[in-house]
Amino acid sequence: MELRIARICALLLTMATTSSVRADDISAAIDALRAVQPGAVDSAAARDAVHELTTGGSPALMPLLHGFRDASPLAVNWMRNAFEQITDAETKAGRELPQQELEDFVRDQNQSPFARRLVYETLKRSDAGIEDRLIPEMLLDASPEFRRDAVARFISEASAIPDAAEATPLYRKAFQGAVHEDQVKTIAEALRRNKEEVDIQRHFGFLPQWSIVGPFDNKEEKGFAVAYGPELEVNASKDPDPQSEYDGQSDKVRWQSIATTDDYGVVDIAKQIENYKGSLMYASTTWTSDKEQQAEIRLGTPNSWKLWVNGQLVFAREEYHRSSQLDQYRVPVTLKAGSNTLLLKICQNEQTQDWAQRYQFQIRICNSTGSAILPTTGTARSEIGSGVQQ
Amino acid sequence: MTRMITFLILVAATLPTSMAGDWRQFRGNAANSVAAGESLPTELSGDTIAWKTKLPGRGLSGPIVIGGQVFVSASSGYAQDRLHVISIDAATGKQQWEREFIATGRTLTHDKMCNATPTMASDGQWVFAFFSSNDLICLDLAGNLQWFRGFGSEFPNASNSLGMSSSPVVVGNTVVVQVESDAESFACGVDVESGVTIWQIDRPRAANWTSPSILPATDQQSALVLLQSSKGLTAVDPVSGTIVWNFDQGASTIPSATVDSGSIVIPSNGLTAIRPARDNSLEQLWNSSSISPGTSSPVVVDGWAFALNSAGVLSAGDTKTGERLWQLRLRGSFSSTPITANGYLYLFNEDGIAFVVKPEKDKGIIVSELDLAEKILCSPGAANGALYVRSDEHLFKIAERH
Repeated sequence: MELRIARICALLLTMATTSSVRADDISAAIDALRAVQPGAVDSAAARDAVHELTTGGSPALMPLLHGFRDASPLAVNWMRNAFEQITDAETKAGRELPQQELEDFVRDQNQSPFARRLVYETLKRSDAGIEDRLIPEMLLDASPEFRRDAVARFISEASAIPDAAEATPLYRKAFQGAVHEDQVKTIAEALRRNKEEVDIQRHFGFLPQWSIVGPFDNKEEKGFAVAYGPELEVNASKDPDPQSEYDGQSDKVRWQSIATTDDYGVVDIAKQIENYKGSLMYASTTWTSDKEQQAEIRLGTPNSWKLWVNGQLVFAREEYHRSSQLDQYRVPVTLKAGSNTLLLKICQNEQTQDWAQRYQFQIRICNSTGSAILPTTGTARSEIGSGVQQ
Repeated sequence: MTRMITFLILVAATLPTSMAGDWRQFRGNAANSVAAGESLPTELSGDTIAWKTKLPGRGLSGPIVIGGQVFVSASSGYAQDRLHVISIDAATGKQQWEREFIATGRTLTHDKMCNATPTMASDGQWVFAFFSSNDLICLDLAGNLQWFRGFGSEFPNASNSLGMSSSPVVVGNTVVVQVESDAESFACGVDVESGVTIWQIDRPRAANWTSPSILPATDQQSALVLLQSSKGLTAVDPVSGTIVWNFDQGASTIPSATVDSGSIVIPSNGLTAIRPARDNSLEQLWNSSSISPGTSSPVVVDGWAFALNSAGVLSAGDTKTGERLWQLRLRGSFSSTPITANGYLYLFNEDGIAFVVKPEKDKGIIVSELDLAEKILCSPGAANGALYVRSDEHLFKIAERH
């Protein structure tokens, strides 16, 4: 009875504190946060908007969460802070959050993955059962964090089964959702131990087939800024001509094919061709898309590089031997329907240390969750990896 | 009269909290590792652990202390893209609030580092959390976001694939950040209140993990910020960004310079001490190749220059001559910069063992040790008679039992 009275009092207090904030004000405040620009030039307006929303209390929560959708990373951070302030205040005041509405929001894959995860973690603090209710459904979620949790459950379940044959279907299922290297490795190792075929390269969407030409001169790291033949062609809005011959570092050079069977798509120039010190190479490939679409090109390399997509320079990075990791660089691109041409300039310097001898790259195409997008001409060599986006 | 009293109360309420007893940034208020006026426990034991508090994710950043609040940053998530700022009650160790953000820049680092490597800074009114992803976040002491700068997205090439570690410093109304890498480098002064860049200068394009130091104001010269790189040390006016002088003899890219009584001790060819003259010419006081720091920055106090190498050898030199006076071998590997208080040095090795060392004329004496049994890579903070240090998992308060 006392609890009920307390809840009624809390509700009345909520109504009293929020009645002065109209829905229009909440909407305007969310718009102000969504409009926030880099450089902190509109921070004062953003602070006012957060104040408006926190004054609005619990009724501002759901509109605020819907406002995360397609918002910029900066706006997401402002909205997160507003959400945390509101929920902190509501909790301190002993008022309950709209649990069911929030849980429904977490399930709604049309909403921002950041907002859904934020709500999930907020609810989880007071609702230990939410994980069992939601996570098993999230194997192919739009949020890589939800996927990770779901994959971890399947891995855990599979690893507890002593019989390999019985565990295999669970590992296969886990593999469908896995987008993180550590989980993919764990699953692949288990499946391969069970004599199952696993195509990691396809699962991640690596590009294994390239044409490559070089070496061109990069002594004293000067070649990074020099446009050699293939780059001159792309600057002239031409696709690299496979029949072209160029003046290389010490001789005429021609395009040659290079392919990798490495699980993680590593094209190893030092091993497969030669570790020409103080040189650079151009590598080109095509990728066919059935539609215009947003994608990420993810690159890992210890070498300096420039990347053009359909003749447009999309990023350039002059850094040598500061590690090489999967998804080291994420470059957002728009792929056109039909054939897309990628041209990579990859540069080796003249450092002599043992750890500075790698001359390699790995490139994949995926969506923002890290899930592979395969080309329309991609060959499916295995049922594994059916979680990738075709 | 009543109106005047009310006005004064309001003004007092908006003033920054007292600086006394605070530890406001990496290596303390003066960014020189000296806990001036602090008296810390010297006989460390399990009894001197006042509390330890669980922290989220990972962090190499050191704690800062403002009044009765201890602040620390952390990063979490598979991609280390979750940024945490946590406020903890210094008296009880209880978390007061936690704010979380999403990184807007690159979050990859070497395994030993993490996104939360730079230490936070504060002017006493606001706290500034900086991360390897080059996100600079300003919150008030209650956790309300004041502004957010995503330098990682504003300057996408200013990153290091091994991670960034430079901690910001606050001088007057300016937060100074140093963002230096092989691909793009700059330093800038950001207005503490608005978050807007008030100046920005190009810096040498080379990987650099050092943090700015502060040369305090004199009668002739306002305070200067000292920016170190492989090229040397550059003194910059924190208000305008104007370069005042340059030391161009090269310097380390990991340990940072420190300042004592108008002299600057630079990790350069071992250690090099310089003093700027009134006309901003530089006088080299000494150079010593036998006192050479590893990852830890040098500490200069009471006529001693201390340098700790990564293998745990503490060297003490004379700040008048640079002559090495003695060496003391500690145990384990060291990444964190020691601090000094009340005539003692406090050093933490990577295994989590704290050493209290009393420097004497011809030797250093280990006064006590305390094994915290967790990996410690951060530099500690000291405030109000307590030492604060963090591992990935916990924040510890070490203080005398009363």
